[in-house]
Amino acid sequence: MITLTVNGARRTFDGDPTMPLLWFLRDELALTGTKYGCGVAQCGSCTVHVAGKPVRSCQALMSELQDATVTTIEGLHPTGEHPLQVAWREIDVPQCGFCQPGQIMQAAGLLQRKPKPTDEDIDAAMNGHICRCGTYPRIRAAIKAAAEKSP
Amino acid sequence: MSANEFLPWVRRAVAPHAPADEPTSLDATRDSTDQPQDLQRRTLIQLLGLGGLVIAFGAGGVRRLEAAELAAGTAANPWSPHVYVRVADDGIVTIVCHRSEMGQGIRTTMPMIIADEMEADWARCRVEQAVGDPKYGSQNTDGSTSIRDFLQKYREAGATTRALLEAAAAREWNVDAADVFARQHEVVHRPTGRTKSFGALVETARTVAMPAPESVRIKRPEERRWQGKRMPSIDLVPMTTGTAVYGADLTLPGMKFAAIARPPVWGGKAMAVDDTEARKVPGVERIVRIPETPIPGAFLPLGGVAVIARNTWAAFRGRDALKITWDAGPNGSHDSKTYQAALETSIRAPGKPGRTNGDVAAALAAAQRKVSAEYHIPYLSHAQMEPMAAIARVRDGKVEAWAPTQSPNDARNTIADYLKVDKASVTVNVTLLGGAFGRKSKPDFICEAAYLARETGAPVRVQWSREDDLRHSYYHSVAAHRFEAALDDAGKVTAWLHRSAYPSISATFAPNLAGPTPDELTNGASDVPWDVPNMSVEVCPAVAHARIGWYRSVNAIHHGFAIGSFVDELAHAAGKDTAAFLLELIGPDRKVDLSKAGLVDSGETYYGAPWAEQPLDTARARRVVESVQQRSGWDTPLPRGRGRGIAVHRSFLSYVAMVVEVEVKPDGTVLVPRATVAVDAGFVANPDRVKAQMEGALIMGMSNTLYSGITFAEGKVEQSNYDDYRVARMRASPHVVDVHVVESEGSPGGIGEPGVPPAGAAIANAIFAATGVRVRELPVGRQLEGWETRASDKGHAVAG
Ligand code: FES
Ligand code: FES
Repeated sequence: MITLTVNGARRTFDGDPTMPLLWFLRDELALTGTKYGCGVAQCGSCTVHVAGKPVRSCQALMSELQDATVTTIEGLHPTGEHPLQVAWREIDVPQCGFCQPGQIMQAAGLLQRKPKPTDEDIDAAMNGHICRCGTYPRIRAAIKAAAEKSP
Repeated sequence: MSANEFLPWVRRAVAPHAPADEPTSLDATRDSTDQPQDLQRRTLIQLLGLGGLVIAFGAGGVRRLEAAELAAGTAANPWSPHVYVRVADDGIVTIVCHRSEMGQGIRTTMPMIIADEMEADWARCRVEQAVGDPKYGSQNTDGSTSIRDFLQKYREAGATTRALLEAAAAREWNVDAADVFARQHEVVHRPTGRTKSFGALVETARTVAMPAPESVRIKRPEERRWQGKRMPSIDLVPMTTGTAVYGADLTLPGMKFAAIARPPVWGGKAMAVDDTEARKVPGVERIVRIPETPIPGAFLPLGGVAVIARNTWAAFRGRDALKITWDAGPNGSHDSKTYQAALETSIRAPGKPGRTNGDVAAALAAAQRKVSAEYHIPYLSHAQMEPMAAIARVRDGKVEAWAPTQSPNDARNTIADYLKVDKASVTVNVTLLGGAFGRKSKPDFICEAAYLARETGAPVRVQWSREDDLRHSYYHSVAAHRFEAALDDAGKVTAWLHRSAYPSISATFAPNLAGPTPDELTNGASDVPWDVPNMSVEVCPAVAHARIGWYRSVNAIHHGFAIGSFVDELAHAAGKDTAAFLLELIGPDRKVDLSKAGLVDSGETYYGAPWAEQPLDTARARRVVESVQQRSGWDTPLPRGRGRGIAVHRSFLSYVAMVVEVEVKPDGTVLVPRATVAVDAGFVANPDRVKAQMEGALIMGMSNTLYSGITFAEGKVEQSNYDDYRVARMRASPHVVDVHVVESEGSPGGIGEPGVPPAGAAIANAIFAATGVRVRELPVGRQLEGWETRASDKGHAVAG
């Protein structure tokens, strides 16, 4: 039996220990904001925070997550008003929207580490994410807008 | 229990954010969660029975649904209205969105036009997603048609609703109709300033006489509140908080999870299945055979072996543990290298003409200077971020599906055919689409879910892996192009011979097709806006060995790349600046009905419009070229390793020009720091979404040109995931995309697709400007390695 915390709530899991966190979140907890896009750490759609850092949930096995603290897009901010979420809406970043939870979780990790990221910081942090709709220029702008507003 | 309770977008507030220029109303954040459960479950169609003022727009014009029809609820309407608007007694306006949302913004733009014409308060509007039903007319969200086919209808529906509410107020006050006007959810009596809210007028509006269609006044441009201005998407909050619902995001009670092993070769078949290991995987419950569909197979599933499990992971693991012996079938030897050689042979012989002007053969024979070149474009896959996923349930002889489909009607009809049930017993609910680009107009994946739901007796969610998506797509055609052109002494083009060969989309529906038909050339090849006296545009044979489908802008992807590249080659051969050369090639302003100007077998219509109504307007092509030329700094020099490329293309009735700037690193890596785009799409309802589409199309053009390609060996796709089917990422993508949306009151053209075709050529031309390396085969991939030490291709073109 594996016990972990997801968005502040204690959760248990006693299924296949090789199951990636992604499917536990989606299929068992119905936290479907975390998306499956590739399953092989290529697209970033499945990004969540484990212990406050961005992690590809398709690669994090349940067997490794005893006592872990997981935050998903649903738990990023109690009312969905994280500065990045606000900036994303002000700049109208999403097209289909599918990749955006992963992008936002990655960007949140970046801003925590680097409150004022440079272009190179943004490229380095975000290059592991694919947006097939091509919202990269707006993602970049939204990260900068959120960073500017932070003290 | 109605499954609609799982659909949080039903009756969600339409305006979580106020439109750009409007103050936020207190109401604006109210969401369906405030509504009692039972109300949430009711869709508009159910609400019709509850009264209110209901307006529908169909082939027969705008109609008010009368009390009897309302009471009947889902009463069959033989006149197939597309658009439904309801004003309830409490004033809440519900608009049914009959088209699918896949990132283009239709769930915002369509209701916004109606609400604007109605003078409704945006915060009191709700959007409901239509299920697949012929009563909505064509719901096929494809071909960039939603606004270009429906703008006028949305306006008339909104304006008629407004007229009824105004007439109701005039009657209630017993005043002259000319003295009342609607303003933001109420009607005002001009002389006295009295007002009455829309909700309070509903009862009377149901009984006043319908206005004559010609008396209904569409707003003048200066009266529009939102049309033509930025309107934020209604789905921004759910999309940024993880609550937006896509194909795999619903769970039905007792639902099973399925993954399917499909024949690796198109037309293949499972001969023997050993499922011993698969059954041992924890969570795997059943193995179900799905019969293989004989090719071509159209929209039907490929068939194969399904693993039914308690969760997606178990289904994937179980599927991977299957040991299947496949018979490859007739396409087992399909090989991309051999096939490319076959296409090359094909384009070197005359094909079927799709356009003939003057005498190309004679002009080429007499020419002083000839230039020729050949281009190759590989198969492409949509690779939309959301892999196919669908849910289905079969209960009491009724099939209900939930899916990210571009075409719920096609899905419904195909499911009915596939399961041999009556269409009336099939319901298809539309979720948000996590990208689609044409792939999700094919309901094969929804049929799989429906089949498995029937076989297992439980609701089933089918999940495709990324590998499934890339290996079992409906591929964009592999293509080869050949050009021969003649230049006169002044460097003017006097002859243009263009031949192309590619397996036709029709091959997915009709077996043994020899190749494309000339009408496929009107998708951006035979309809070029050039002023050239001698032209021949031909299609050459190509047999399909893979499932072909349409992908954002369709044939215009390879047409646009090849044509735009060859124009740049010609300009260099003529010793001219490409922008100036393009303007010369477009020639004097003129409007041409192409069907009367040399097109052969071009079909009845042009992107669904009568030819005469959509003449080629070369002034529009000229203006977009001039716009990007001026705004991009086209004439300012760049150092070696950086360069600009230009291209213009017309597709889906819109004109798009691009200047793309590239930076090519010493190792051959290409970055696209900035791009300038001009688009003339006629009237534009939501310009920010048009800009977003242009940004996205450019970046998709980067993927198509620089990175992506599907290849086959022994009939099987060689790529598996985003590591070998590469697409554009953040680092290479532009920091600045300057989009100029031409202001126009002209009839709207498409927006979703026309940005893609010029992008590929503009990028390839920029690479040539930066490095002297001419790209004639896509993707660019590693072709630029060591470019700094290579001789320039300048002025050189393939001999022949
Ligand atoms: S699904 Fe995990 S990185 Fe793509
Ligand atoms: S918004 Fe569609 S994939 Fe990013």
